[in-house]
Amino acid sequence: MAEYQTHEHEVLVIGAGGAGLRAAIEASALGAKVAVVCKSLLGKAHTVMAEGGIAAALANVDDRDNWKVHFADTMRGGQYLNNPRMAQLHAQEAPARVRELEAWGALFDRTPDGRILQRNFGGHKYPRLAHVGDRTGLEMIRTLQDHGIHRGIDFFMECTVLRLLKDGGRIAGAFAYDRERGFFHLFRAPAIVLATGGAGRAYQITSNSWEYTGDGLALAYEAGATLMDMEFVQFHPTGMVWPPSVRGILVTEGVRGEGGILLNKDGRRFLFDDIPENYRAQTADNEEEGWRYTQGDKNARRPPELLTRDHVARCIVREIREGRGSPHGGVFLDISWIKRKLPNAAEYIKRKLPSMYHQFKQLADIDITAEPMEVGPTTHYMMGGVRVNAETQMSDVPGLFAAGECAAGLHGANRLGGNSLSDLLVFGKRAGEYAARFAQQSRPATPDPEEVEAVARQALAPFESYSGDNPYQVQRELQEVMQNWVGIVRREEELHRALEALGRLKERAKRASVTGNREYNPGWHTALDLHSLLVVSEAIARSAIERKESRGAHFRDDYPSQDPAFGRVNVVVRKGADGTMQVTREPLPPMPAELQQIIEEMK
Amino acid sequence: MAKATFRIWRGDAKGGRFEDYTTEVVPGMVVLDAIHEIQATQANDLAVRWNCKAGKCGSCSAEINGLPRLMCMTRLSQLSLDKPVTVEPMRSFPLIKDLATDLSWNFRLKGSIKPFKPRPPDAPDGTWRMDQADVDRVQEFRKCIECFLCQDVCHVLRDHQLFDEFIGPRFLVHAASLEMHPLDIEDRREELRKAQGIGYCNITKCCTKVCPEEIKITDNAIIPLKERVVDQFYDPLARLLRVFRGNRSG
Ligand SMILES: Cc1cc2nc3c(=O)[nH]c(=O)nc-3n(C[C@H](O)[C@H](O)[C@H](O)COP(=O)(O)OP(=O)(O)OC[C@H]3O[C@@H](n4cnc5c(N)ncnc54)[C@H](O)[C@@H]3O)c2cc1C
Ligand code: SF4
Ligand code: SF4
Ligand code: FES
Repeated sequence: MAEYQTHEHEVLVIGAGGAGLRAAIEASALGAKVAVVCKSLLGKAHTVMAEGGIAAALANVDDRDNWKVHFADTMRGGQYLNNPRMAQLHAQEAPARVRELEAWGALFDRTPDGRILQRNFGGHKYPRLAHVGDRTGLEMIRTLQDHGIHRGIDFFMECTVLRLLKDGGRIAGAFAYDRERGFFHLFRAPAIVLATGGAGRAYQITSNSWEYTGDGLALAYEAGATLMDMEFVQFHPTGMVWPPSVRGILVTEGVRGEGGILLNKDGRRFLFDDIPENYRAQTADNEEEGWRYTQGDKNARRPPELLTRDHVARCIVREIREGRGSPHGGVFLDISWIKRKLPNAAEYIKRKLPSMYHQFKQLADIDITAEPMEVGPTTHYMMGGVRVNAETQMSDVPGLFAAGECAAGLHGANRLGGNSLSDLLVFGKRAGEYAARFAQQSRPATPDPEEVEAVARQALAPFESYSGDNPYQVQRELQEVMQNWVGIVRREEELHRALEALGRLKERAKRASVTGNREYNPGWHTALDLHSLLVVSEAIARSAIERKESRGAHFRDDYPSQDPAFGRVNVVVRKGADGTMQVTREPLPPMPAELQQIIEEMK
Repeated sequence: MAKATFRIWRGDAKGGRFEDYTTEVVPGMVVLDAIHEIQATQANDLAVRWNCKAGKCGSCSAEINGLPRLMCMTRLSQLSLDKPVTVEPMRSFPLIKDLATDLSWNFRLKGSIKPFKPRPPDAPDGTWRMDQADVDRVQEFRKCIECFLCQDVCHVLRDHQLFDEFIGPRFLVHAASLEMHPLDIEDRREELRKAQGIGYCNITKCCTKVCPEEIKITDNAIIPLKERVVDQFYDPLARLLRVFRGNRSG
């Protein structure tokens, strides 16, 4: 018999990033008894690292902005694979969610007349990102955390969920282990909100931390939910490339929003060479106009550096492949050039981008006010995730909700910068609200004790395996496979090769061995995370094979153009009755006529 | 390739010892990279916290060659590699295992500080107007990444163990961020003086020296708070300081 502590709640929130905290606050405001569990300490989730800002059509800086423009930008950025209803709700509700943060104590940068300041970002027509220098995520998570701890929510920090438990067809709870002591916990709850973030650890070069092994996606998949858009992994165009130890660490798009330009080794602004057709009308065709845009000239069009991330990342890869990269295999990102335009440029840069200044100074010996940075693409964000209902965020499994990065639908084939933080707030709130309602209307649900036993046994298996692989080694090899064969540029044969390699790694992961005991043992934790990484990696590779075209973040060398037939479907993944992964194409949700009209008007 | 030796604390609440591990040094490496390499290849069960690897989350606090620092922001090029680099957990908190300490006291404490309470909105649409200059002052405090290095180094906690009487620099910064928030109308002075023990701070500034966010904890948060409290109550040191500072500026 496994030993575990049992806890009873109405709503269990898995994850304490922006989405999880916002969901928990909402559920508890509706009177539900709520628990939050997270893998790290409170306030350390990925949300804390977000830099650039929160997208919301507040229209404080440019009064031409409104939800319709934000909606149309989001759809265009997502290449129209987005769930239109989600994109609509997101654009409509984001401003209220941002103002609410202010009412809870967040302090955003201000406009001269004292309102919330907004900055430019890729793919957003008007300055739209509410921000705090380049540490917006810290402000957001701390505000939610400090608000949340006074609401009677039970927090279980450093506690990792291993399995969702069901009673018949619906959710009944979750089984978890606590990192610090290695104890097991059984959480009983009729409603669960997944807010587990992304899966960037599936790749070698990533801006993501150890937590992002795609647990939420794997948990939902195993519980019978549908995953969608898994082929769309966002590679952020600007990660650090040098020195080796910082490879992948993010350089915020805010650098380009403030006037930073991308150059190849010949000093050429190569993004002017390739402006996609659907953005041509909105993009500057000369450097002067681009600069005026970043300085707030409403008659200027945006510089090509602020095109969507998928496009910018691919142009960077092209420059590097064709031998025009920087010494360490990236390209140059230069903000220091603005000294030719502004009298006190160095001060301006330090004030607007303090943590970038700090990061390069301390980690790379580079003074960004005086010299260019070297940057290259880094794995950043998962557009795909758990398929949910647009209004309620409930998945196909009754009682299982998902919000934030682990949910799919809002971003389609490519996410716009700043649209994640707003996503967390809008849909975190909705998930919390509907989860509380669902719980309050449901009969008690009881997890199956035998299943609980089985999960506990499986979790302890690595301690009994004596001659298996080192789990870190398996993880490294998985990351290599994904980086090399399921990366920015994909080919069918390589994707198949990746699948074969993942199959072999799956066998090795089952036999991974760990040393030491159950107390705070990262080797054990890494071994347990492998399952999620493998499920997610397989889903990405299979979905990438299924989508035989190039669109948004998914680029196929063997099918380099868009195919209208694929513009009408989402690729979805489910666990089949025989336990294997099933991949199918399903038609997009219908586009309401009034939304179609907005899209046409804004084209 | 060059190598370096790390003398890492291994053990738990029951006891422990330093162990030496040698690993290769690559350009730009930080202490956390070395710890990760050792963990992945030589000591899979080495307990360590980290998240962002960029000085943004405050997870990787430790004492490196005796100095409280973030492991992810400490470059090996700043250290002498001729002798082993010692890496040990923050010593003011109870040890869980290796480099991971029990920080729960900090999280409990925060819940005991009165939350933000704004004045009524300034505009009919429910929003407020604030000047950047007023916001700047508090944004300094809100940069805090909760690494708790300041708590680790403060002698009131570290040497005198006054965990029940004193909330420590981190939470004085937190209280300052609320008290000086342009919109906040709550009054926290009484608790600051009594339960939260602001009087125990004797302005040694050790906390300010270790803060990775370069928050001027003592000058900008604690001293102004002491002054506020003194307006209401009597704190000899703060009164003296005020006279001092008053004289200098006047
Ligand atoms: C460096 C960086 C900069 C960014 N900048 C921006 C930006 O400027 N604007 C923007 O909009 N977006 C930005 N993003 C993206 C955005 O920050 C993330 O997408 C977003 O924060 C995800 O939030 P979340 O609430 O969904 O999950 P996260 O904040 O990722 O939190 C996930 C939570 O789930 C928990 N969890 C995971 N698995 C388990 C499990 N098995 N058991 C228990 N708990 C679990 C984790 O511990 C964590 O608490 C940035 C991302 C990065 C990495
Ligand atoms: S200044 Fe005060 S709070 Fe800071 S270390 Fe010294 S005694 Fe502690
Ligand atoms: S005030 Fe500075 S040292 Fe203290 S917890 Fe915050 S960031 Fe760390
Ligand atoms: S890992 Fe985040 S501060 Fe060091």
